[in-house]
Amino acid sequence: MTERFTPPPSRGCSSTPVLKERGQHEVFCGLTGIIWLHRKMQDAFFLVVGSRTCAHLLQSAAGVMIFAEPRFATAILEETDLAGMADAQQELDRVVSELLERRPDIKQLFLVGSCPSEVIKLDLAKAAERMSAQFAPNVRVLSYSGSGIETTFTQGEDACLAAMVPVLPQTDARELLLVGALPDVVEEQAVGLLEAMGVGPIRILPASRVNDEYGIGPNTLYALTQPFLTETHEALQRRGANHIAAPFPFGEEGTTQWLRAIADQFGVSDAKFAEVTDAPRARATKAVAQASEALRGKSVFFFPDSQLEIPLARFLTRECGMEAVEVGAPFIHRSVMTPDIELLSEGPVIAEGQDVDKQLDRCRAAQPDLTVCGLGLANPLEAEGLTTKWAIELVFTPVHFYEQAGDLAGLFSRPVRRRTLLKMEAAE
Amino acid sequence: MKLTVWTYEGPPHVGAMRVATAMKGMHYVLHAPQGDTYADLLFTMIERRNHRPPVTYTTFQARDLGADTAYLFKDAAMAAYERFKPEAMIVGASCTAELIQDDPGGLAETLGLPIPAIPLELPSYQRKENFGADETFFQIVRHLAKPVQKTARITANLIGPTALGFRHRDDITEVTALLSDMGIGVNVVAPFDARPSDIANLGAAHFNVLMYPETAETAARWMERELDLPYTKVVPIGVGATRAFVSEIASITGRNVILDESRLRMPWYSASVDSTYLTGKRVFLFGDGTHVAACARIARDEMGFEVVGMGCYNREQARMLRGVAKEFGLEALITDDYLEVERRIEELAPELILGTQMERHIGKRLGIPCAVISAPVHVQDFPARYSPQMGIEGANVIFDTWVHPLVMGLEEHLLTMFREDFEFHDDAGASHHGHKAKPREVEISEHVETETDTAQSAPVNRGTFEIVWLPAAEKELKKIPFFVRGKAKRNTETFASERGVQEISVDTLYEAKAHYAR
Repeated sequence: MTERFTPPPSRGCSSTPVLKERGQHEVFCGLTGIIWLHRKMQDAFFLVVGSRTCAHLLQSAAGVMIFAEPRFATAILEETDLAGMADAQQELDRVVSELLERRPDIKQLFLVGSCPSEVIKLDLAKAAERMSAQFAPNVRVLSYSGSGIETTFTQGEDACLAAMVPVLPQTDARELLLVGALPDVVEEQAVGLLEAMGVGPIRILPASRVNDEYGIGPNTLYALTQPFLTETHEALQRRGANHIAAPFPFGEEGTTQWLRAIADQFGVSDAKFAEVTDAPRARATKAVAQASEALRGKSVFFFPDSQLEIPLARFLTRECGMEAVEVGAPFIHRSVMTPDIELLSEGPVIAEGQDVDKQLDRCRAAQPDLTVCGLGLANPLEAEGLTTKWAIELVFTPVHFYEQAGDLAGLFSRPVRRRTLLKMEAAE
Repeated sequence: MKLTVWTYEGPPHVGAMRVATAMKGMHYVLHAPQGDTYADLLFTMIERRNHRPPVTYTTFQARDLGADTAYLFKDAAMAAYERFKPEAMIVGASCTAELIQDDPGGLAETLGLPIPAIPLELPSYQRKENFGADETFFQIVRHLAKPVQKTARITANLIGPTALGFRHRDDITEVTALLSDMGIGVNVVAPFDARPSDIANLGAAHFNVLMYPETAETAARWMERELDLPYTKVVPIGVGATRAFVSEIASITGRNVILDESRLRMPWYSASVDSTYLTGKRVFLFGDGTHVAACARIARDEMGFEVVGMGCYNREQARMLRGVAKEFGLEALITDDYLEVERRIEELAPELILGTQMERHIGKRLGIPCAVISAPVHVQDFPARYSPQMGIEGANVIFDTWVHPLVMGLEEHLLTMFREDFEFHDDAGASHHGHKAKPREVEISEHVETETDTAQSAPVNRGTFEIVWLPAAEKELKKIPFFVRGKAKRNTETFASERGVQEISVDTLYEAKAHYAR
């Protein structure tokens, strides 16, 4: 079994000194996570308590991607709300009552803190408690912060899931919990593979409906599907649940190791594991080989965005034949990232935090074949002649597990192939 | 506190960004938390700008709040000056920074920068994007423009066009041409593509063309007073307005009215018999005050529509628009609440909406055609082709744009005649639109079953044998987004038939997916 793995690098990046930077950050705040969370949790509503900027961010981030009837809104703070705190709490009660009257389908309501609500110290936890008591049992009200002063992009999902952990009931059942809001098709594939090995019962956080919830306790085993769920990881630890550490399930290698780590905990035999995974594994290898043709021997530079950077760099270097120049991540949490860092070959600059202008200088000097960056930087860099991949697509597209491994490679290879396809010189 | 689903305008600092990003040699140092950098994508993605907006954000974090955020601002401003060497700076705070009261203007002054650092006071909890743009442009003009000698020939400034504006790029070309035909030159266009040194030279013109009152009216009034620059009141959107605009220019400058109408096709297109079906179509207009007022007159006087309602989201234009609405025997809807606009449209049930991207969405839901006439903008509102709203070509463009969402004359009649036809019915939509007409469900016989009810659809014949989708595979196929589902289905069937596979399982589906992976 093990001989089929590509051997780990002789020296991984786990002892590479990290370049820590503090300067202008070119990243979204945690509110952005609402865009996918509200689609995943179908009876939930997200009410941001913030400013016009928050509403505009959600709309602009969503406008680039979707424009359907949203299950989110912003309670925009006005001049009068900033005067006295008692007023703000009453105002919030009024807005929430209005909202719940209009949307009786809402079963869980998240009050989401923002930069202004944090700065004026509007206590949303207290508000959530009060409202939960008032609207129980029809509606559960929770709170978390998605503010830009406390959260970066995907940390919003982390804060949301972490807020859900304490309210899950207690259980002693030995169950597997998969943590992370994944697209349905991907989630069902993972569950399908694990069930075929005889692993179960399997629970998902977040459950798509509040009534689908389950208990948690010292016999719960959990695996993270996303690398940014560190606060949730800690909240689960506090409930006594046990973490199954593994590389994240991107690409054939990541998926196999992730599944293997779970299988080991549930006593799955090598034969059974091979029986279930051999076919999809071979498909993944084949699909990645095809989709990554344009990537072999090319260099890649990551700007910090979603915290997926290190696992993705591991995938691109080990499965797609790329060379990483710099891997920037907003945060590097060793508690969940170590298996991936160890697999990432020594060589690239590993950067945490950001000073965007300095990082742009390094990127221009390196002239990488592919730059993975946010939407604010992509077109300007393309105009300078660099090939880019917008990072946000990696969060919104099904990219986990075997059947998507080829798609994941394709996301990176498409911009590279496109540049060679376009021919604007005079036609012969 | 106000419950808001979608907003028509961003916060005022986004208005300031629209001014800064339109300019060259200007830099905006914005005291703001990290998430506020989302605003860059408005310019790089929606407007497809090929450069970063010239904005430095201090991106303070919670842990900085305990210490001194003022230092962060000073460091950021100094670093921005040294890196970008702008000719002038604007400095200000976003909504969160406004709460911590660091006074960016005062801090910038203490830096002793060798360039003007213009402070902006933009109250984030009271005002919005258009105010932000208008106030920013006014402050820049007030700080930089000085009385200078007038140009020898008659020249005008074009003021108001910004980054992220609705067709501003092309309106500039059109208005420049209108003036040029009358022998009038352009002194400065601002803020679009202007440098701070150009702003200093605004006073050399003989008058201002106020293209967009939303973003430049305060500056226009100040320049009238301080720099002796009268400004135009007519916005040349529509045939009548363009004619009125050149007359106004003639009276300001004493020149003869010259308007080259050789390319003007709109009046004939509207008069031709093919347009008869437009007569009396009930339209509702919503957008910024300026575009709505101009478009209401076009709708009534140049298209022959019946205007059944109008409104604007920017309160600054409320009084003006109320006046226009009264002239139409209507009451203007002044609101920035998208749900209120939706309710009004539902009530009025117009046949065409002339609105913003938000109304386009309302229209989609209510099944009412919509053409876009105003910001807020979407990537579609920045077409590659020349597509102005103002002047002669603007009138032509407007005719085409407004007629496009409608079902055309003869087709409309046929739809009425055959409204019970299962393929050619009135829910099928206009034939010149890309989408596929939805066949109306008809009960012809018992064995017409809808796909969702059966576990297994009819076998597909691919060449020499029939291929069957197994229920699990079919279920899996439905999870694939609709816009690629057809391709996935076709690929899988081709893959199966090439291999002689008669039953498509989930594995076959993914074997095929892996096979075609690119």
